[in-house]
Amino acid sequence: MPSITYIEHNGTKHTVDVPVGSSVMRGAVDNNIPGIDADCGGECACATCHVHVDAAWLAATGARTAQEETMLSFANGTEDDSRLSCQIDVTPALDGLIVRMPAGQH
Amino acid sequence: MNHVSTQTIQDAREKAYATPLAELNPAQPAMFQANSFWPTFERLRREDPVHYTADSEFGPYWSITKYKDIMAVDTNHAVFSSEASLGGITIRDQRQNFPLPMFIAMDPPKHDAQRKVVSPIVAPDNLVKLEATIRERAEAIIGGLPRGEAFDWVDRVSIELTTQMLATLFDFPFQDRRKLTRWSDVATAVPGGGIVETEEQRQAELRQCAAYFLNLWNERINLDTPGNDLISMLCHSPVTRNMSPQEFLGNLILLIVGGNDTTRNSLTGGLYAFSQFPEQFAKLRANPALLDSAVPEIIRWQTPLAHMRRTALSDIEFGGRQIRAGDRVVMWYVSGNRDEEVIDRPNELIIDRPRARQHLSFGFGIHRCVGNRLAEMQLRIVWEEILKRGLEIEVLDEPTRVFSTFVKGYASMPVRIRT
Repeated sequence: MPSITYIEHNGTKHTVDVPVGSSVMRGAVDNNIPGIDADCGGECACATCHVHVDAAWLAATGARTAQEETMLSFANGTEDDSRLSCQIDVTPALDGLIVRMPAGQH
Repeated sequence: MNHVSTQTIQDAREKAYATPLAELNPAQPAMFQANSFWPTFERLRREDPVHYTADSEFGPYWSITKYKDIMAVDTNHAVFSSEASLGGITIRDQRQNFPLPMFIAMDPPKHDAQRKVVSPIVAPDNLVKLEATIRERAEAIIGGLPRGEAFDWVDRVSIELTTQMLATLFDFPFQDRRKLTRWSDVATAVPGGGIVETEEQRQAELRQCAAYFLNLWNERINLDTPGNDLISMLCHSPVTRNMSPQEFLGNLILLIVGGNDTTRNSLTGGLYAFSQFPEQFAKLRANPALLDSAVPEIIRWQTPLAHMRRTALSDIEFGGRQIRAGDRVVMWYVSGNRDEEVIDRPNELIIDRPRARQHLSFGFGIHRCVGNRLAEMQLRIVWEEILKRGLEIEVLDEPTRVFSTFVKGYASMPVRIRT
């Protein structure tokens, strides 16, 4: 299973194995990792699973969808490396992925 | 305790199931005031989840009653418009003689630009600053409540706390803060429903609101260092600086209602819900950490805004039905939040639900409630202060509910703190 590291805004690291076919959001929620709220449950409808993707992994995680782009535009502290983690599918190529959580999820 | 009698609920259910399906019309303010609307939605979810009502006091409309269908409409703003001139975001069309443009009732790109002007007020760093203020006020309000005697929870706690918060967000003269409560009530009032007698009275009071705020605007627009309040944000942003007077009033009303009514009614709704499900309060008292899920669960259970409305911009087949361009489409959040297919035992308050955050009360998509985390914070702090003091609050009678299909709220609720 691909291993993903989630870094909370306060610096706390959580490294967990997430099954292929799941999403980066689901990996956090299923492992009770704080900092990702996922209010809409993965519908790309709320922007409360916002993460910053580590620079080394930006290419591997792909591009934002149009709806994701729109929702991220309303989130707080959106940067070039921002993604909605429900929109990143977990694949074997993401083994070792690192994402960081923002100060809050709105 | 005089709860809504079992007989009333049974009567409502019989009536809902005896009415021909095509004639079912959930948009009746009197049914919301009597709290007798639930069986109508229960039947629609099962038998006709995308339902057309040809005739109602608001005109013809579609009812979207299931969670997933509501999510689909809410996230499809390209087809389902919020535009004020098409009717706006409530089942009652905006009055053509008194239009109130506000960003919740706009489509992109104007919506996006205006929303971004005010959203920093509820950004994480600002919420941290507001938390200490809310805590101090909640301590004063909860600490000052009478013991062993009846009082109105809505007035003493729910209105007082949310109005103080709103005054802070606007940097509004504190001694005049109950004007905000009044304007909030008036803005969403149905003439003849107990708040205002006529539409003329409603509009006259809202014009007073506009005039009052115009003074604040004029005081602040020329300040070199803009304050960190909503009025200053609006008057110092190039996006909103030149709004028309009606648009200014419209956006004020949005912020007043959005920041007031909803949290107010969730504060009352939470206490009412605990009176119905006392074992849940016992669970919370034993483990206050459950507030993390109890707060969103209260907001789901209450659903302080019963619906949001859209207008179809083009023909679309939806849920097997043909919706036409121009049709009024009502997303009944209050029904979706009771959808058995998505939420287990949805009529019950269960404070430790898994996935408690997945509810429709804030809406989804681009119009999702901008103040959701502030609302949750206010609720959390009030309950922390209640728990800290070990208060046992008894609901003495059924609350008086509001005459509205939009604001699902309470006018009063008598309670007593046990001594």
